[in-house]
Amino acid sequence: MATHADETRVDVGRALKDAGLTALLAFALFLPLIGFLTVQDFSNNLVLTTRWPLLFSIVAVIGFGRLAYALFVAPRLAARARRPAAAPAAWRGAVGRWFVPFAVGFVLVYPPLVIFTAGWGSAVKWLDNFGIQILIYIMLGWGLNIVVGLAGLLDLGYVAFYAVGAYSYALFAKEFGLSFWILLPIAGVLASFWGVLLGFPVLRLRGDYLAIVTLAFGEIIRIVLINFVDLTNGYAGISSIPRPTFFGIPFNADDNGFAAVFGLEFSPVYRTIFLYYLILALALLTAFVTVRLRRLPVGRAWEALREDEIACRSLGINTTNTKLTAFALGAMFAGFAGSFFAARQGFISPDSFTFMESASIVAIVVLGGMGSQIGVAIAAVAMIGGTEIMRDLDFLKTIFGPTFDPTQYRMLLFGFAMVLIMIWRPRGLISTREPSVFLKQRKAISSDLVGEGRG
Amino acid sequence: MEVFLQQLINGITLGSIYGLIALGYTMVFGIIGMVNFAHGDVFMVSVFIALIALLFLTTWVGLSSIALTLFLVLIVAMLFTALVNWAIERVAYRPLRGSFRLAPLISAIGMSIFLSNFVQVTQGPRNKSISPLVQGEFVLLRQNDFNVTLPYKYLIIWAVTAVLLGCFWYIVAKTSLGRAQRACEQDQRMAALVGVDVDRTISTTFVIAAALAAIAGTLYLMNYGVVSFADGFTPGVKAFTAAVLGGIGSLPGAVIGGLLIGLIETMWSNYVSIDYKDVAAFSVLAITLIFLPQGLFGRPDVEKV
Repeated sequence: MATHADETRVDVGRALKDAGLTALLAFALFLPLIGFLTVQDFSNNLVLTTRWPLLFSIVAVIGFGRLAYALFVAPRLAARARRPAAAPAAWRGAVGRWFVPFAVGFVLVYPPLVIFTAGWGSAVKWLDNFGIQILIYIMLGWGLNIVVGLAGLLDLGYVAFYAVGAYSYALFAKEFGLSFWILLPIAGVLASFWGVLLGFPVLRLRGDYLAIVTLAFGEIIRIVLINFVDLTNGYAGISSIPRPTFFGIPFNADDNGFAAVFGLEFSPVYRTIFLYYLILALALLTAFVTVRLRRLPVGRAWEALREDEIACRSLGINTTNTKLTAFALGAMFAGFAGSFFAARQGFISPDSFTFMESASIVAIVVLGGMGSQIGVAIAAVAMIGGTEIMRDLDFLKTIFGPTFDPTQYRMLLFGFAMVLIMIWRPRGLISTREPSVFLKQRKAISSDLVGEGRG
Repeated sequence: MEVFLQQLINGITLGSIYGLIALGYTMVFGIIGMVNFAHGDVFMVSVFIALIALLFLTTWVGLSSIALTLFLVLIVAMLFTALVNWAIERVAYRPLRGSFRLAPLISAIGMSIFLSNFVQVTQGPRNKSISPLVQGEFVLLRQNDFNVTLPYKYLIIWAVTAVLLGCFWYIVAKTSLGRAQRACEQDQRMAALVGVDVDRTISTTFVIAAALAAIAGTLYLMNYGVVSFADGFTPGVKAFTAAVLGGIGSLPGAVIGGLLIGLIETMWSNYVSIDYKDVAAFSVLAITLIFLPQGLFGRPDVEKV
């Protein structure tokens, strides 16, 4: 008992020394980039200004944070580590069972709910920023989840297929006047064609090489989009892309417009509601196809491939075909999402398809838990919804000054969160797995039971 | 012919910078088998540190000697960048040893995004440009209204690269630190058993990689005089290409790969298309990895079960 008490006692002197060292290190680390600021003066010369208060407050926060961690958090973590792991609580199972039907029900009734609570005036904003925007990323996350989460191929150029979908819709719709419903499958087919085309040469590569080559391909496609001005109009992008119609009925104020045909008063909300349900249907289609495919041989081959490629090959699984189907399917959903994106925005340019966009989708998949669809959806809501909420928080502006733009911090947080997740929960936020194959009894596998976070 | 000669000079200069960054990739890959995706952004951070040190020394301290200023800027940039990379390794990579295979790469991607956005938030998104530090040039050849020139700053780049590569080669080949490094490369557990401090050796590798990137960063600042927060990505990928082309894990390979990529890029810009110059480097990367994954001087990658 006495030794137990000794272990939990906190060594204050050591904690202080440690915190002091951390603060000193933080000071040295942040001195050049936070302590000094380079600004242009009136004659356009760079001059150096200082930000000592900011530097010292950050250093103080880090130092005291470290001290608080050593004094309060670390002993508790150590105590918890000594206790045997408790069985998952019963309520978790219940939440797990009812979460998906509840979430699907909620997104289905979201538009009427918004109109009743927020009114017609601000409904567009709520539906567009918090509904459609998030759903696009959920769909992209689910699409990439097939490639990264199920097949275990880290694809850093996913946004290229999104771009292929967007540009093919924009060009075909403008040049040939084809409707959205014809072009949606065409965009998907074209994107998956590119997926196979780019996937084929890189399939023999190891995981990290594959990541870099897909990144290179993504960048090549973006550079081509910028420089192939005759086709894509370069940096300027393509504008006035035809909007999708309600089975032929356009959403405008004309006599044959949607509102007039159904005897309603014209409002831009109808189009937004339509787009909301459209992307919802596309996202659910992605989820449905993925869930069903996981039960087919190809889905099982993907997961086996993720766990161990050599074992897979020795069992006679054709790894080339398995990887290619994952690439093609993932790309197809990106193509769908891309053509929806072009139809919703009415304007696209290469700026929407940068590496940062790929990186945020990868971040969503990684944070949510590679392979977990619920996790990916939650991560997308938290990440995209979170930044949209931050954009609206006016009190942040009063604290940090009027030039404070929270969206700047989005990628900063994404990047940092990726590092933290890899350290703390390498399998993502939702790390509990439902096995897709089981003997007699279905048991969820907790992440602690799988060695080293593999697989 | 004159144009070719000029592009050769430009290409070697650009290639020296790529080679210095590529060494960082290849050393880290050699020792822990990880593609340090954030290395390009560490390079970018070093350019910013060099820029701030330069402004500090010229406007606040009031140094007027360009040679002394450049020397001090180089030292400051190397020290601070080394510290940054050391901290990155401690925070983002060390806890992941023994995790699943893609974990360090994902963490490095996160770190790369973090670094570039950190610089964007703290120093602003605009390009930072300074007036040229070193002006003047030798005219090597004068023919048909076209001068083949060798600017002094190129000479500085060549000289600094050559001298520091010599020092670096000495460290790796002749000192006990270099021996420890090569031992860890071959077998970490065995190296630990014979008394090599593996953690410290890996930390030192990151410190050296960052110092080399900082040399490249200082030379980059002197050569171009402009930098922005997004400037880590493309040089990073190109230097990685150089490391792969030379054979990842091979130190001479990285330098030769860097020179080759520099030459390919300048020749491509001149003879094919300047708009697609980045496509050239990216295609070289894809083609090398697909057809010659072990590179020019690398050992073939044997997968052990």
